[in-house]
Amino acid sequence: MSEYNRVVIPIGPQHPSLKEPGCFTVTLDGEKIVDVVVGIGYNHRGLEKACESRNYIQIIYLLERICGICSHTHTTAFCQGVEELAGISIPRRAAYIRVIVAEIERLHSHLLWLGVAAHEIGFDTMFMYAWRDREAVLDILAAVGGNRVNYGINTIGGVRRDIDDSLRQDILKMTDALQEQVKYYQELALTETTLAARLAGIGKLSGEDALKYGAVGPVIRASGIDFDIRAVDPYAVYAEIPFKVITDTHADVFGRTVVRILELLESIEIIRFCIKNMPDGDIVTKAPRRIPAGEVISRTEAPRGEDIHYIRSNGTERPDRVRVRAPSEANWHAMRHMLLGQYLADAPITIAAIDPCFSCTDRAIVINSGRETELMDWPRLRQYSIDWYKKRGIDVASIKIPERRMYF
Amino acid sequence: MVQADTLWKVMAEQAMIINYSRGDNALSLLKKAIAWGTRKSPWIIHFNAGSCNGCDIEIVDALTPRFDLERLGILQRGTPRHADVLVCTGAVTLQTKDRLKQIYDQMPEPKFVIATGTCACSGGVFNGCYCVMGGIDSVIPVDVYIPGCAVRPEAIISAVAKLLGALEAQQKGGGKDADRRSDHSQVSREIQYFKG
Repeated sequence: MSEYNRVVIPIGPQHPSLKEPGCFTVTLDGEKIVDVVVGIGYNHRGLEKACESRNYIQIIYLLERICGICSHTHTTAFCQGVEELAGISIPRRAAYIRVIVAEIERLHSHLLWLGVAAHEIGFDTMFMYAWRDREAVLDILAAVGGNRVNYGINTIGGVRRDIDDSLRQDILKMTDALQEQVKYYQELALTETTLAARLAGIGKLSGEDALKYGAVGPVIRASGIDFDIRAVDPYAVYAEIPFKVITDTHADVFGRTVVRILELLESIEIIRFCIKNMPDGDIVTKAPRRIPAGEVISRTEAPRGEDIHYIRSNGTERPDRVRVRAPSEANWHAMRHMLLGQYLADAPITIAAIDPCFSCTDRAIVINSGRETELMDWPRLRQYSIDWYKKRGIDVASIKIPERRMYF
Repeated sequence: MVQADTLWKVMAEQAMIINYSRGDNALSLLKKAIAWGTRKSPWIIHFNAGSCNGCDIEIVDALTPRFDLERLGILQRGTPRHADVLVCTGAVTLQTKDRLKQIYDQMPEPKFVIATGTCACSGGVFNGCYCVMGGIDSVIPVDVYIPGCAVRPEAIISAVAKLLGALEAQQKGGGKDADRRSDHSQVSREIQYFKG
């Protein structure tokens, strides 16, 4: 019976609740979601292929534009990887500056998410509040990097811009003001009953499922699993910085909100620690133009989760292959699982709760389901084709190419 | 109330002309009334055609408290059928190309397009990627270009102000936009294949 009552609703690619093009084909049984097909790829620009025709310095600026929200984390991951291939270590001051900028970026990204999430549940006052506070963070980013969105801090071998004393004071002032606001949001999120009633219990994702579907970032941490690359596989100077990995056991959209708000406070603490303990010295070491052949996997913790860059170099000025596994890409599967069995009205906030970033996501992926993949070298491939034809009764080896006839 | 009064007068005049005069005048007056409305309160729709998100958050930024475009009567709408101005970001990818045309075609006349960001102007850093068409003007005609990576909200406000200024001048000049209009209809003809 219910088979006949099903309604298919396409959401997107242009939709008021989506700021970016993506298409969710939702199948409804009454008000309940029974199936979701996530259609992505609208933002696929072919960046990884473009990397192969650019040199390492050019690639930094290209990869910065994978995503305007978490631009710094992508370049950090890439530069770290290239530095490892080249066998150079960056000055400690540069590592501190990388961490400071990464954490300021996390502040801006989480505030942005808070606003967008509030907008999705019709709480536009909070949307405006969060985005107003975010302006102060953007001012600091503009002062540090010279631009509000793509700041161009990283370079291979260190960072391009220093953070001087007056700027440090500005950052501290900003964090003080922001901390008060974030504490207000924390109180609001934990005590405001309407907010809790709207967010609690929707988008459920148990810890087991989070691991099964490979969720990352605040999504998995809100399911009670303390997986944070900054702690699990510390890069830059995170090993020296005391910080808590924020987890929550609500395992729903409410939990994700709490995790992100508490992470804002934790990021503020990290920034303060870094500014206090920043050593003097150079900010960049000389890096070679040609990177020795090799391959490397570099991981960073983006505001949305684990960001993986794979780089294969071949001894020239250009890489053989660059592969980016952005955090949103990992969260789609978990998001589909969360949506199943939900009401349609909860779909926008459930989608927003993973903080989806389509421009990070849209990579070309080939999935061979149920079959093992293997690499074949040329002789094996040739033998394979001979065997393939033999099975079908054609003996390629026995075919004799007739001699060329002469017509004159 | 003053605005409502003026609009009412315009509409009343137009009704009289429809009754007592030739159709051409009525049409031009109706056009004037619509143009006047567009100039005073342009409604925008935002479409991301393959951008990195940078310009998109700056557009939303321009609508939030510090910059607050809404005080100029500019509202963001969810559907192209309500919008006068298409604010478009990003280099056009192969997959959004058709959708962009479709959205443009759904907007009522008169319509305007603002290409926001270097990628929207020329393809920017993504120029030459296998999945990228180029700037917005490779697909639909563009009225205002805002360069910058990413554009600042101030630049967006300036662009909107310039668009409104140009509109006003155009209306005073009267029918100077004949060329551009034909350009728009050209695109509409191209889009016919969506419908049939």
